[in-house]
Amino acid sequence: MINDNSETILDVHGLRANVDSTEILKGFDITVKSGEIHAIMGLNGSGKSTFAKVLAGHSAYQVTAGSIQFSDQDLLALAPEERAQAGLFLAFQYPIEIPGVANSQFLRLAYNTVQVQRGNEELDPLEFDDFVREKMKLLDMNPDFLDRSVNEGFSGGEKKRNEILQMALLEPKLSILDETDSGLDIDALKIVANGVNQIANKDNATILVTHYQRLLDYIVPDYVHVMQAGRIVKTGGKELALELETRGYDWIGTGGQTNAGATA
Amino acid sequence: MSVALQNLVNQPYKHGFVTDIETEVAPKGLNEDIIRLISSKKNEPEWLLEFRLNAYKKWLTMSEPDWQNVHFPKIDFQAISYYAAPKPKKKLASMDEVDPELLRTFEKLGVPMHERAALAGVAVDVIFDSVSVTTTYKEKLAEVGIIFCSISEAVQEHPELIKKYLGSVVPVGDNFFAALNSAVFTDGSFCFIPKGVKCPMDLSTYFRINTEGSGQFERTLVIAEEEATVCYLEGCTAPQFDTNQLHAAVVELIALDNADIKYSTVQNWYAGDENGVGGIYNFVTKRGLAKGVNSRISWTQVETGSAITWKYPSCILRGDNSVGEFYSVAVTNHYQQADTGTKMIHLGKNTRSTIVSKGISAGHSNSSYRGLVRITPTADGARNYSQCDSMLIGDQSGAHTFPYIQVKNSSAKVEHEASTSKIGEDQLFYFAQRVIDAEEAVSMIINGFCKDVFQQLPMEFAVEATKLLSFKLEGSVG
Repeated sequence: MINDNSETILDVHGLRANVDSTEILKGFDITVKSGEIHAIMGLNGSGKSTFAKVLAGHSAYQVTAGSIQFSDQDLLALAPEERAQAGLFLAFQYPIEIPGVANSQFLRLAYNTVQVQRGNEELDPLEFDDFVREKMKLLDMNPDFLDRSVNEGFSGGEKKRNEILQMALLEPKLSILDETDSGLDIDALKIVANGVNQIANKDNATILVTHYQRLLDYIVPDYVHVMQAGRIVKTGGKELALELETRGYDWIGTGGQTNAGATA
Repeated sequence: MSVALQNLVNQPYKHGFVTDIETEVAPKGLNEDIIRLISSKKNEPEWLLEFRLNAYKKWLTMSEPDWQNVHFPKIDFQAISYYAAPKPKKKLASMDEVDPELLRTFEKLGVPMHERAALAGVAVDVIFDSVSVTTTYKEKLAEVGIIFCSISEAVQEHPELIKKYLGSVVPVGDNFFAALNSAVFTDGSFCFIPKGVKCPMDLSTYFRINTEGSGQFERTLVIAEEEATVCYLEGCTAPQFDTNQLHAAVVELIALDNADIKYSTVQNWYAGDENGVGGIYNFVTKRGLAKGVNSRISWTQVETGSAITWKYPSCILRGDNSVGEFYSVAVTNHYQQADTGTKMIHLGKNTRSTIVSKGISAGHSNSSYRGLVRITPTADGARNYSQCDSMLIGDQSGAHTFPYIQVKNSSAKVEHEASTSKIGEDQLFYFAQRVIDAEEAVSMIINGFCKDVFQQLPMEFAVEATKLLSFKLEGSVG
């Protein structure tokens, strides 16, 4: 939903980042306003997931240049948990397993931490149980998930649903979904997409990082960006994704123009 | 992140202070004269002196064990002082008469014993530099016929029990450190639960080493007669010193028919600094004899301290249908080394044992599980289940598992499971992305990992253990 008067949630300029000493992001720009859904597409190794992790503050990546403004905060000055507090959410491509920590306990601690910061009441275990079960219905999740260890022994689809459940609980301002569609069968994809659509509203924004157009059949983006060699090389509307699907990425070439349509 | 974590992990040892109390210290070194000195200081009967001298003679012929997976410079046993006691000022009739300095020490440790005893219903036998200062709740326990006192007192008051049971589970020549203990033990706890009595409260002992350079050789003896049950708690903290201190204790448990002994330990001796300087050498022999039919011996330990830990609380399952249990959490950080585990010796029919061991290694530390499950030819229908899990924190630490399984009866059923996991940067990043800081994340992961053991601990201990673990490990990741 594009509205020129919306608040700018994310403003990234000239972002460069290394992993070890290899430069992965090479002058990345994007602007995201509230109410918008953006898709970042591109081949493996183009830097899509790196961008997601750099945003969230993963310590394996060093930012060497550029700026990231998140609402009124300088995101690069914040620690990962502070970025999360500020309302940035990353749905991981490979959610990690945490044996021994019950999902319910984990979800409640995350939820309550955010509520306290927002000046709201914490929920006790019983209240939270009722609350989270409601949210789980949205994702057609079995309540058994609450008693299991975080992501441990979850199938790929279950892990992805658990990510979206966390997104629903934390009500972030900006969500980045890193390859959330990978490993999902079509039914699971629909459920996850439905969850994301229900969470999206005029006050938040979503960035979908994906290889395939498939996800975009269910979550319709306002902007589609094509990433190559660490930067956005082309930006268009949702039809660009369909074009990529039929023509592949080759025709875009490695031209230098960063047609950052999102800034328009 | 790692700077904040670094600061957390480098918090100084909370219990590192020395109480200024006049101490009577024996000259350094070990010989027959020293043993005679200890025995006469303690006004012991002749047979006990013989027991000590016999142990000493055995010890002289033995050499230190070298099979364990720990490394340390050779101990000079002649450089240790084998006896230190606070100078007795006068006989203590009540808590009010206890040296205020001593009480302050316990307060610093968070062990206000009178309050603790009263509020928690725990009788605390306070051991201070090898001498029991006071024993609380003794009368109350005496009403039901329970004897809970220092071992020196028991030697005076109940010599027949000591004579009968001392060394009956851990013989004087059992191993190098047990022999040393048998020769020079200065004090410890004695607990006797007579036939048919269920001990009305948890019995608790707080140990503490205070005099620099003095070894401490505790001796504990717990006897549960037929149908008796007892839950015994042992907690340890020690002040900070730069010279290594030897702690070679012996604990013997005896359970007669249908008796039940549950022995829980939280061990937090000084572990040395972040460079591995100082710390306690904790070389302990703990063994329980499930002598009677249907008896049960259960060990639960949370080992967080000591520079070196060498201990294998074991069960000899002699009575038919007897049960042995071992639940352990061993945490090592910095340059700590732990080689710990258990032995389950199945002699009786239908004996069962359970082993749950959780090792957590951080920093440059090394943690080993070493366990023996032996099913003898007489142990028809014996069963064992063992689970050994290791968790590594950082990339400089080590975890090792040495399970020994000897089955000599074809009707036995023995299971062994093991796993190794790691708290990684990526797990912490995941938590951080969900607004949970590293401190809380580590605490959650560790508590989840140790859950099976913690739930075996009495409530208070479980809370203490949870805090202790978080405290020990905060900041070791990153």
